[in-house]
Amino acid sequence: MSRVKTLQALFKRYRRPGDVVFAWVFLLISLALLSQIIDQTAYRAGGKLFAQPRFWPAVSLGGMCFFAALHLLSSLMSERIQGRWREAALWVASIEYALWFILYAFAVPYLGYLPATISFAILLILRAGYRSRAIIIGTLVSAICIVLLFKTFLQVKLPGGQLFEALPGGLRQFMLTYF
Amino acid sequence: MENFIAGAEMLARWDVVLALLVGAIGGVIIGAIPGVGPAVAIAILLPATFSFDPIVGLTMLLGIYGSSMYGGAIPAILINTPGTAVNALTSYDGYPMTQEGQAHRALSLAYSASFWGGIFGIICLILLSPVLALIAPMFGSREIFLAALLGIILVVLAHRGQVFAAGMLAMFGIFLNTVGLDAVTYTQRYTFGMSFLSSGINLIVVVLGLFALSQAFFLLTNPDDSPDAKPVTGRLTAGFRELLRHKRVATVASGFGVIMGMIPGVGEFTAQFMSYTYAQKTSQAPDSFGKGAPEGLIASEAANNAVPAAAMIPLLALGIPGEALTAMMLSVFYVHNVIPGPQLFQNNIDLVYGLYFALILLNVIVIAFLMVSTNLLTRIIRVPTRFLGVMILILSFVGVYSLRNSLTDCMIAAGFGVLGLILKRLNLPIVPIILGMVLGNIMEVKLRSAMPRLKTPLDMIDRPISFILFVFILLVLALHLRTLAREFRAHQRDEDHDLHDTQLR
Repeated sequence: MSRVKTLQALFKRYRRPGDVVFAWVFLLISLALLSQIIDQTAYRAGGKLFAQPRFWPAVSLGGMCFFAALHLLSSLMSERIQGRWREAALWVASIEYALWFILYAFAVPYLGYLPATISFAILLILRAGYRSRAIIIGTLVSAICIVLLFKTFLQVKLPGGQLFEALPGGLRQFMLTYF
Repeated sequence: MENFIAGAEMLARWDVVLALLVGAIGGVIIGAIPGVGPAVAIAILLPATFSFDPIVGLTMLLGIYGSSMYGGAIPAILINTPGTAVNALTSYDGYPMTQEGQAHRALSLAYSASFWGGIFGIICLILLSPVLALIAPMFGSREIFLAALLGIILVVLAHRGQVFAAGMLAMFGIFLNTVGLDAVTYTQRYTFGMSFLSSGINLIVVVLGLFALSQAFFLLTNPDDSPDAKPVTGRLTAGFRELLRHKRVATVASGFGVIMGMIPGVGEFTAQFMSYTYAQKTSQAPDSFGKGAPEGLIASEAANNAVPAAAMIPLLALGIPGEALTAMMLSVFYVHNVIPGPQLFQNNIDLVYGLYFALILLNVIVIAFLMVSTNLLTRIIRVPTRFLGVMILILSFVGVYSLRNSLTDCMIAAGFGVLGLILKRLNLPIVPIILGMVLGNIMEVKLRSAMPRLKTPLDMIDRPISFILFVFILLVLALHLRTLAREFRAHQRDEDHDLHDTQLR
């Protein structure tokens, strides 16, 4: 009995709520990926083991499964912490901001970098709960500065917006090049 | 001597000087704002620097890396919130000094100790250069493979109390590196028939997701906060005189910083802990530690500022990054076809000297800037956190999208952003993923190129350096097992503390 207890003590560790959820998900994904190794990698007959294209995926996925199993074991051995599902719900809630980001990336080639950045910044700042005029003006100025710095001065490779195509001749070219 | 002059000449250009100024001052500001670390800033700026000359891009990134810890000391001392995670120990003694009305003394000590550590690190780097130039050519494929393997093992074992998590995340990084078309056999690996995976998963996209986007998501999903730091009165130069009374602690701490900085995967944390423990053990007033001991503050700041220069040693000499920031810098080298490693000292020694000079100048610029702008910085750090999150999101877009104008990249980065958020919330480390990707690639390439010369497995370690590395690997593993056995006998458990938060850097 005492031996089992000391073994538990070795695997126990301090952690945060939701640790066991992550440990399960990570282990299941690792196992799912490992189960695909024959299908998703090739083996060259006659080649040396270490030079096989399958070698490193096998090592890494094997390692992932091994460590993930131990990580899960240590999670299970430790005291349960309340609030794991509340924590997992927060992870899911963060996907909203990931979608905002993807939407912004999707909009830039259509609206153009400057209009897309200004609208995205203002909408997101409102979504974040700010209503004060100072913060909104600050956001507007910051968004314009970011566009000026990266697109106008540093000429970072970003596509010109399709919306700008509707502008008259000279202005169109100017906007496509600098904003 | 010619190379020395050529290196100095490299810096005598307006664009390099501008990059240095932007990097140094930007780094201090970024470091001073809790919630944005140098990793976030470097990840965002990385793609923008690809269009610059290597020396310009590297100087800017090095500037941010080297100066952020100076800035990070300000909120650590004034509001007990480290600006960067590596300033955590600074707050132990810095904040009590602020509470006693000695904020300017604490800040000035932190600046001077940082300067001492920074310059000490660079001097060691310069002195070690000839030795490096001599040893580096002895590193062939098998030695670099073993050094990378040692790096991975150290990264995993350095995360005490989280070894399993660090192990699975490092392995995940190695796996990510294998996805795509195998460059030698032209076979698909884990692409699931999707064409966008054939070119592999881009390191920069992963870095931006894990460091920058995750930080934005983290700030946006947490309640809004606005750190409030009071302005400081008093002369900030006074710390230099006080530092000279503790030069032994400052020098030993810097020494720890240099040694730990050189070892891949170890870095600032271990250096800080060792220096702090040393300072406490050798102090005449060990009880004052944690209550405002100047030696504790000096030990912490001197150690972490000595690391950046030392971390350049494995990067420049062997092409092996020891932590996430140097891993990001490695990609700047690769983009410009300058391959760090033994050849760098033979073919591009002027670039190496240029970087040394840049580091010295950087420390001088930063200390001069801090002397006049500390009170301005106390106002800047009041930026509301959710506003900061929105700005990081907008800036991250530039980084991801400018790589190859791909919406898919943005989606992948967003996915890694969510993963990064989960890891941050769980206090699990992010760095092993990045180092797994970079070192995994090095291990795969080097093991393959070493294969033709190996008849038996023992040939892997039949050269002096490879044998020494192999012994190191065995030693590190044996020491870890010994520690585990001791803990097992003593039933000691590690406590949860935020100091594993290497991802916040």
